[in-house]
Order: sequence, then structure tokens, then C-alpha cells
Amino acid sequence: MDILVCVKRVPDTAENEIEVNSDGTDIERDDLVYSVNEWDNYAVEEALQIRDKVGGSVTVISVGDEESEEVLRREMAMGADGGILLSDDAFEGSDGRGVAAILKAAAEQGNYDLILTGAMADDGAAQVGGMLAAMLDRPFASLVNHIEVVDDGKLKVGREIEGGNQEMNEIDLPCVLSIQTGINEPRYVGIRGIRKVASLEIPVRGAGDLGIDPSSVGAAGAKVKRLEYFVPDLGEGAEILEGSTEEVIEKLIEILKAQGGIK
Amino acid sequence: MNPVLTAPAEATFLGFPMAVFYFLLPVAGVALFVYIMARRMAPLVRAAPDPRLDHPGERFRLMLKYAVGQYRHPRYLLPGLLHIALFAGFMVLSLRSITLIMTGFVEGYTLPGLGGMTGEIYSVLKDVAATVVLIAAGLAMIRRGVFKPERYDVPAEAGIRDHSWEAVLVLALICTLVTCDMLFEGSLDAALRQAGEHPELVVPGTGRWLFGNLFATASTSTLQAWHLGSFFVHNVVFFFFLNFLPMGKHFHVITSLPNVFLMKLKKGVIKPVRWGVSDDQLDELDSFGVKKFEDFTWKHMLDFYSCVDCGRCADQCPAYAVKRPLAPRFISIKCRDYAFEHYPLRGDIHPSDEPLIGSILSEDEIWSCTTCGACEAECPVFIEYIDKIVDLRRGMVEDGMVPQSLQKPLRALEKRGNPWGKLEKKRLAWSTDKEFAAECQVKVLDKKTSAETLYFVDSITSYDDRMQSIAQCTARILTALGVDFGILGRAEKDSGNEVRRFGEEMLFQELKTQNTEAIAASGVRRIVTADPHAFNTLKNEYPDSLPPVQHISQFLAERVRSGELKFKALDADERIYTYHDPCYLGRHNDVYDDPRRVLDAIAGLRRVDMRESRDRSFCCGGGGLMLFYEPEEEQRMGVLRVEMARKAGASVIVTACPFCLVNIEDAIKVAGLEGKMEAIDLAELVARQMEV
Repeated sequence: MDILVCVKRVPDTAENEIEVNSDGTDIERDDLVYSVNEWDNYAVEEALQIRDKVGGSVTVISVGDEESEEVLRREMAMGADGGILLSDDAFEGSDGRGVAAILKAAAEQGNYDLILTGAMADDGAAQVGGMLAAMLDRPFASLVNHIEVVDDGKLKVGREIEGGNQEMNEIDLPCVLSIQTGINEPRYVGIRGIRKVASLEIPVRGAGDLGIDPSSVGAAGAKVKRLEYFVPDLGEGAEILEGSTEEVIEKLIEILKAQGGIK
Repeated sequence: MNPVLTAPAEATFLGFPMAVFYFLLPVAGVALFVYIMARRMAPLVRAAPDPRLDHPGERFRLMLKYAVGQYRHPRYLLPGLLHIALFAGFMVLSLRSITLIMTGFVEGYTLPGLGGMTGEIYSVLKDVAATVVLIAAGLAMIRRGVFKPERYDVPAEAGIRDHSWEAVLVLALICTLVTCDMLFEGSLDAALRQAGEHPELVVPGTGRWLFGNLFATASTSTLQAWHLGSFFVHNVVFFFFLNFLPMGKHFHVITSLPNVFLMKLKKGVIKPVRWGVSDDQLDELDSFGVKKFEDFTWKHMLDFYSCVDCGRCADQCPAYAVKRPLAPRFISIKCRDYAFEHYPLRGDIHPSDEPLIGSILSEDEIWSCTTCGACEAECPVFIEYIDKIVDLRRGMVEDGMVPQSLQKPLRALEKRGNPWGKLEKKRLAWSTDKEFAAECQVKVLDKKTSAETLYFVDSITSYDDRMQSIAQCTARILTALGVDFGILGRAEKDSGNEVRRFGEEMLFQELKTQNTEAIAASGVRRIVTADPHAFNTLKNEYPDSLPPVQHISQFLAERVRSGELKFKALDADERIYTYHDPCYLGRHNDVYDDPRRVLDAIAGLRRVDMRESRDRSFCCGGGGLMLFYEPEEEQRMGVLRVEMARKAGASVIVTACPFCLVNIEDAIKVAGLEGKMEAIDLAELVARQMEV
């Protein structure tokens, strides 16, 4: 099975302090460390496990700049067979739809049975996976936490739903899945692993290579524009209800009624 | 002279001259033994290299002290004394054994030098030795068979067979050997007396004397039968015993002296990934660490052979005490049994393709170790465990088998130089805190600012809210003592002690390089730290070009001795204090007395030592990356430690390591002893009581 996994280089929320910059246009990026988006990393691990079970290949792909190469290389150190960087000045400022369009063009250049994306990115809106599937006209399942290969044409996928229950679905190949964290335990990639792939080639494809009209992507083609970035005003804090369980429930019902929460 | 009894060399059996048998027996016995030893050496010759012949004089001295002198054995008093008796007896009786073998085909044989007076003295010695050995072996068998000490238990989860029967069998064989000699001698003594002749000197109370008396009225033919029969049994059992030794835990009889001679001389250092490959050549290696059995060095394989299965290591192991899936002893026995199975005495050698982790060893087993070194401090034959565990971890890291709980801090160390992923610029926040900075200025070393001494703070003391107090106290102490010091601030990275011990060798090399460059650029001439983990690696594993490193307790002890550091008396504190020896200060670096000297200089401080102190100190739970690991255990090591303090009558635990402080303070809460037990760092106590 030939698998394409879309990965994104994002600021690491664990190892950074995120602050809004002085203009209110973006977060302060000076002192940030970046790494692969956590959901994408789970997706790559899943792809590797599927490949190791049924054979095939795993290719990682990213829309970014030359810094994104480090992320592709890390996933290759993890075990991916190859990486592709989609980079072009014209891609900058793309909204979710733009990113999906770029990925679609690249996906059509290959012959992939399965395309995986992370369910969301630390700094994203959880939309690229679904949009990509729609553009490719392929079936899509989101928030997948379990994958079983039934045969060449079908997968069984699981998703967690309300109440901690699990839903199992069958989906035809080729398809697109967005992967939820916790689907597996990703293997560790150390400095040594990364050094081993340091000299492998990662092809770069721009708008021309992909046959994309630059005005349809990037800031130029964005249909969603960011207006402002700000930290919301802090409220007064929480009101803690005291008393026995019955007393607390009574008070709560009163408050909800008064605030229009219960009719 | 007409012999009173027929000597073995003259005896015949159904017409067959027994001398021939007694000649062929040692020939066959020794030949078989040589063959077995050669087969046992097979895996060692294809193992990884390990240079162990440096400092031969020192090695010989240590071998005399620990292997011949059995210096560690009395740490478990009764079994230790029993073993010393057996070993000493063994040494004395070895000459007798040779004599008995030769007597089988050379009548009346005496070893050169053992004729005449010397021979008689030796004869007395060996009779006493044989009797002592018989009593000791008898007691040991009762201890093993009847009382069954817990230390020898092999629980079902261990995944190995119980080898205890070997102990009882060998003790029985030993009893047989010495009893046969007593019978052999006693029967001849009785015959000589009956014939009116004098036997040589027999000490009353020995076994030989006992049998001589029991045989007093026996007929000559009876005596003859016992005389020749006991000789036969002795020689046959001797060669059976010799060839049984390499079959199990009694291989140590042969390998213990060499194993001790070849011991690891330098403490506190982890072995290189591969001996002979320098740090900058590491990238060229195909594979890191131990994944298959053959990846071990030959010395580590010798260690497996030498394991006596005594369980002293596991008995001291804190991981085993809290029921983590680790006992050092079982690692040795499992690997030894693996070697026996795949490198058999007969048939083809068939090394397995399967990696060790996942077959005979488990991931959790290897991650559970805190590298405290209690096992290595206890083992009477100096088996090394830490290097093996680190090598196994190196292999797992390379193959990506790292627990999720450790992956995050490792990544954070890579990106931010500390396991919490906090910003580099916050590393000196403790020193710029308004209240603190008002009373104590701390220099940050850079191109423009230099100092004579570097205070290496390391990660936990820099970033942890509670541990920052140690940094502030240490800074106050250094300032009060007029030391010209500074910190590296942003440029300081985690010392990497645990990074290396958890198998991420390349990350350790990077941290080491970055720190070494920063230290060299700062121009300092001395380094002081309050973190024993940093102390250990800076002193033992960083390049020799680094300035000399001291732990704060050593620094303070010097100044207590010189009189420069004086303390206010402890006022109205009726509590009993106890000092907890941190593993990386005590066992790994032999700093036991300096912290105690400092505490004892505080008038009014009542101090006791826990039973488990100095090199028997019980690990608090581990430091560095170990704080992040989520083990399977029945309780925390720290809780056991707090219990030990309580049992010693103490209600204040003083320690000299931030990780110990974290673990012990947590444990006090978990054990429900808040308010009844307090933990404090040495630097905090000194800062409070010092008078300058």
C-alpha cells in the first residue's frame, strides 16, 4: 500500500511560551522552537506500522519553506521512505483551502492508495484533511483512532465518539483519513537517527512543478483572512458553589434558570 | 615396610590394577574440563572489545582484597562467614586434593616441599580445614534447605527456573569430598594403631580423629574397604565436581578471581559506546548499544558466567524493593542461561536472531533502573550492571523503543537544553528575582564578565520553583564566603548525566560539547555545583580540560576544617536529623564524610545515621529523566526511604541533591507524614545557620 502522509512544521506548544506580538497580527515567533505537528507524527507512525504489516511505501509531504525540511527529515529518520517539500513564494499566506489545493496537486502526481493527515495542527483549524478529500473526490473519515487493513480495496477505521464509545466504519480505498492522537505509540527518533538521513535528497516542488495557478493559492487566493490576534480579557474568575450536594444542585438550577440556561 | 593397609596405588579390583584407573581418571577429567572451558569461551571470543589490563598492580591488589580476602562477604554476616570458611578451607585443601589424585597412581606421593615437618604441619592444617568445611557446608545446607532465606527466592514472574538445587548439590559434594578424606585418613589411623604403630599427629575434635575412634575396633578388611572405597569416591567425585563447576552458578569458583581482577576501575563513567571508537567517530558506527547477546563485551559475558545467584544485588536494589520488574541478578542469570543454550557444550553454536529485548529481557525491566549503583557496591564478584543497562538502553533508543513519557523530556532537552522545555532565558530567573537580587548579586558570565569560580546550577535547580531555593542558598553561601563566582545563565545546558544513562548518547555528546565550550569561554578556574548528577558527569565524563569540579559539600567541609565557616548553634531544636546519602555523591564518587562533617559542625544538631547509609544508602527514586518515567511499581522508593528515616528516630532528613529533595518531599506527603517529617537541603541548612 502506498501511503502519503501530510506533515506540518509548527511551533511546539510544550516548549514555548506563546505570546501575541505587539501588532496583534501574529504570535511572537522570535524565540520559538518548532517541531512536527503532534497529530501528524501519530499519522506517520500509523503509516509505518501499516507498511510494515502489508508492504508498500510511506512518503511524507509538507507545504512550507526550507525550514520544513527538518521536519520531513525527522519523519524520514522515523522510517518514511521518502519526503517531498512543496515550497514556493506564491504559497505563503495560504488559507486552509489553499493548502489543501497545493496538496491535492502533489497527491495527483503520485499514485497513493491512502492519504493521512493529522486531525488538526497546533496552530490550525482542522480543515485541510477534509478539504483535501473533497478536492480529490475521495471518501474521508476524521478523528480516526484505529485502522485495520481489510484487503486491497477496503479499510476498517475506528473513531471515538461521545461517552468514550467507539464507532467502527468500513471505508473504500483510495481514501483520506485524518488521524487522532493516541492511535498508537510513536517510536522515538534520536539525534543519531536524524544524522543518518541528513544527506538524503528531498525534492522541492513549486507552483510550476505542480501546475498550480499562483493567484489561486497563497495570500492572493485566500478566501479566509485573519483580521486580528489577541488574548481575550480575563474574566473575574469562577464562582465556587459551596454546601452539600443537594444544596449545590439547588443553587445551580436557580442560577441556570436566572441566566436563561433552563427554560 | 609392610603396609598396614593396601594403598590405593597398589590396589586391584577384580584383578585390574587400580593405579591405571587413578591415572586415566585425571587425564580424562582434565581433558573434559579443558574441552568444556573452551566451549564456554566461545561467545567471548566473538564479543565486543573491552580493555581491562591497565594498572595491573592495582588490579592485583584489589583481587587480593576482594576475591582472596573476601572483603565484601561479611556484609551479610552469617552467610559471609560461612563462605569465608568454605573458601579458606578450599584454598588449604587444594594441595591435599592434588596429593590425593597423585597418590592414586604414585604410592605414598607427597608434593615437593610438603615432606617432613612442613608436611606434618600442613596435615594438621588440612584436617582442621576439612572439619571446618564440613561444619560450614552442613550449616549452609540447613540454611538453604530448611530456613530458605527470601533472598534466594525466584518468583514465577522472573521467567527463569529456580537454580537453588545447585547450591545444595554442591554443598553435598563438598561434604562428600571432605568426609571421604576423613574416612581415608581415619581408617588408616585406626589400622596403624591396631598394628601398634603411631599414625601422624591427629588433632582431637577433627573429623579424621572422630572416624579414627569410630574405626578403633573395626576389622582389617573393614578398614581396608573404607580406606579404598573412600579414596575411590573422593577422586571420582572430585572430577565430577570439577566438570560440574562450569555448568551453573559454581562457575564462579573458577571465574571469580579473574572477574575481580578485571573489574571496572573508574567509577562514575559509563563505558563508551564501543571501546576503541572515540566520540567523534561515533557517527561511523553501524549500530549503537546491545541488541543481541553478541553485542555485549567479553567482560560482560564473563560477568554473566560469574554470577553466583546469591541475590545480594537484588536485595539492595531499590527497584526490586518497590516491585518494579527488575532484579539485577535475574538479568545475569537469564543472559547466562541464554549463553549456555545457544553456545552448547555439544552440537552447533546457534546464536539467536531475536533481539534480547522482547525475548529474555523486557523493556520495562531495563527502563526501571535508576543507576543508583547499589547492586555494584554489593556484588562480591564485582559484576557490573549499569554499563550493561545503558548499553541495552542505547540499543532501544536507536530502534525507537523509548517510553512515551520519556520522549517529551528528551525532545525538550534537544530543543531547549532542559527536560521541561522551558525557555533558555528563564534559566537564570532564580537569580534575577527582585527580592533575592536585592540582597545577593549573581554575576552572569559572558565575554565581558568573568569570575574565578563557576557555579554550575543545572536544570532542576534552575527551573523548579522549590529547588530554586537551593540555587539562592548556594549563591548566598558563596557570596558570604567571599568567593568570586558566576553562573552561565542562558548558555548553560543540562549537564546530561541522565541523558547518557538513558541511552541517548548523541544528545549527551551535544550537551557536553555545548557546556564545555561555554565553560571554556567563561575563563573560570574552578567549578562548584550543588547537584550531584552534574557533579558526577562534569567530573568524570566531561573532557579532562575542564577546570576541577567540587560538590558544594566538599567545598563547605574544606572551609569548616579551615575555620572559615562557622555556624550559629541550633536553638531549641529537639528534632533528630539524619543525612541521606545521594547515590551520585556517595556510591559513585565516595563523598560520604564531607556532608557529615559540615552537619556535625553545627552545635545543637543531633544527627543519626540510618541503617541504610553510605554505600548502603537507599535510592530516593532517581533523578534527571527518571523523574518523568512512569514505572510499574507497588510503591515509591522515596516512601520506603522516609520510613527508614522514621525508623532511625529522625524527623528531619538532610540531603545534598535536588532530586533527592524532590522525591523525599513528595514521599513525605504520599506517606501522610506532612508536619511530622521534614526534608531540607544541605545548602539551605547551611545558609540558615552560617555565621559570617
